[in-house]
Amino acid sequence: MTTTPVTAQTDSTEGVAKFSVRGLDFYYGDFHALTGITIDVAENAVTAFIGPSGCGKSTFLRCLNRMNDLIPGTRIEGRITLDGADIYGPGVDPVDLRRRVGMIFQQPNPFPMSIYDNVAFGPRLHGVKKKEELDGIVEQALVRANLWKEVKDIMGRGGLTLSGGQQQRLCIARVLAVQPDVLLMDEPCSAIDPTSVQKVEDLMAELKSSVTIIIVTHNMQQAARVSDETAFFLQERQGEPAELIEFARTAEIFTSPHDRRTEDYITGRFG
Amino acid sequence: MGKRWTNRIALGVLWLCGLTTVVVLGAVIVYVFVRGIGQITPEFIFTAPHGVNAEGGIGPTIVATIYVTGLAMLIVTPIAVLAAVYLAEYAVQGRLVNIIRFAADTLASVPSIVMGLFGFALFYEAMGLGFSVLSGALALSFLMLPIVMRATEEAIRAVPRFIRWGSYGLGASKWQTVSKIVLPSAMPRILTGLILAMGRAVGETAVVIFTMGQAIYTPISPLDPGRSMTVHLYTLAMEGINMDAAYGTALLLMVMILLFNVSARWLAARNRRLKG
Repeated sequence: MTTTPVTAQTDSTEGVAKFSVRGLDFYYGDFHALTGITIDVAENAVTAFIGPSGCGKSTFLRCLNRMNDLIPGTRIEGRITLDGADIYGPGVDPVDLRRRVGMIFQQPNPFPMSIYDNVAFGPRLHGVKKKEELDGIVEQALVRANLWKEVKDIMGRGGLTLSGGQQQRLCIARVLAVQPDVLLMDEPCSAIDPTSVQKVEDLMAELKSSVTIIIVTHNMQQAARVSDETAFFLQERQGEPAELIEFARTAEIFTSPHDRRTEDYITGRFG
Repeated sequence: MGKRWTNRIALGVLWLCGLTTVVVLGAVIVYVFVRGIGQITPEFIFTAPHGVNAEGGIGPTIVATIYVTGLAMLIVTPIAVLAAVYLAEYAVQGRLVNIIRFAADTLASVPSIVMGLFGFALFYEAMGLGFSVLSGALALSFLMLPIVMRATEEAIRAVPRFIRWGSYGLGASKWQTVSKIVLPSAMPRILTGLILAMGRAVGETAVVIFTMGQAIYTPISPLDPGRSMTVHLYTLAMEGINMDAAYGTALLLMVMILLFNVSARWLAARNRRLKG
């Protein structure tokens, strides 16, 4: 990828934009899912996408690492740049992009192999073969994911034998092992227990100094707790594409939203 | 007659019909067991027949059966699995794929005697492989191909989308995802299909009589002929030579196939546990 870093045109105070999205429209076949999305996602910060179910926030998230390419019949218009380079440009290999832009899913999805092999999977794909080097990467990733202490003596055990919350942190470690710049989290806490939620949220606070995090969440308290900036998405009428209604610092969104629809959603009048 | 009674009667009829399956299976097993168990001795299992091939053991036929089934499995597994990978993961879903699926389903229902005749024409006559374990294995692999292929395809489709996405999310290519994540995840179910297909092959008679021949012989090379247990059983029984040995052979065959089925179920159950 040819990278020409641009100074982001952003009204945020978080500094440089990691992702710049301009006039994005997205289609599943004939269904127009998103329209006119323009947003700058700040580097090394946590950005939350909130909104009612079906408002397209997960769809938008998957545009950012081209995961939607895997769904037949999808189409995108507009422009998304990562560090200034168009991620849908010619010559961009989505496989390379996804290595830089890691993703955590709602359902923890460890591979049916040992804890060690789960974390070593990415580095091995990308050519790391030496045992000592792999050991180092695996340990570091598990330490960063706050899972090392719990699993260091059971590395040979199957990833699926862990609890749901541990599995989710294993998946985070697995992504961290390939050193991504960005972590996309699609409702990472909705399928795990409250104690584990706490751990994952703490983890996000620790990671954001080195990784740009974007989290889709249904839980507004969570968005308020973990994020620096918040984007509110809404599909106003059934059958019409969803839009980005408001994007601002999280404190502002939750205390003095500019748009009435944002206020209505946050105060629980719908959604 | 009240509603309650019709309900009871309907339930009773359904229950009886359901029970029929178990009764039939039980009757076959018990009968073969009672008639055959007296035959089962180490000599019977390990020595060769003698006299007019009716006395003595059935050792060579067991070897030939295992040999031909094993070889068929080696032939069919890579082809069936790769075909299924293509169908489930790569092929553009459409007419061609539907035609391939329909062909597989039809292939599965071709009468085995027709498959035997075709195997004879192709492997014995055209390719000059003679009556041999190799001819038999190739013909059997035709029989097993659709079973293994469809089982593998179902197994691949059953691998959750989230698992694949996890792999793509780490920057894995499609082939890396398929070979390192999808196939290993699908493996228990693929093995189940394979085992069921092997059970089918072990019990097959028509195909092997046409392609492996009937010579009592312990095959060493794949080009050696051999007589399968099923063919031996047929000869023992229909040429009226030794009914006791026929039942002994039948019992051993049933035990082998039962073992295949039980291990297939065990694998499937273990798979469910792992997922749950």
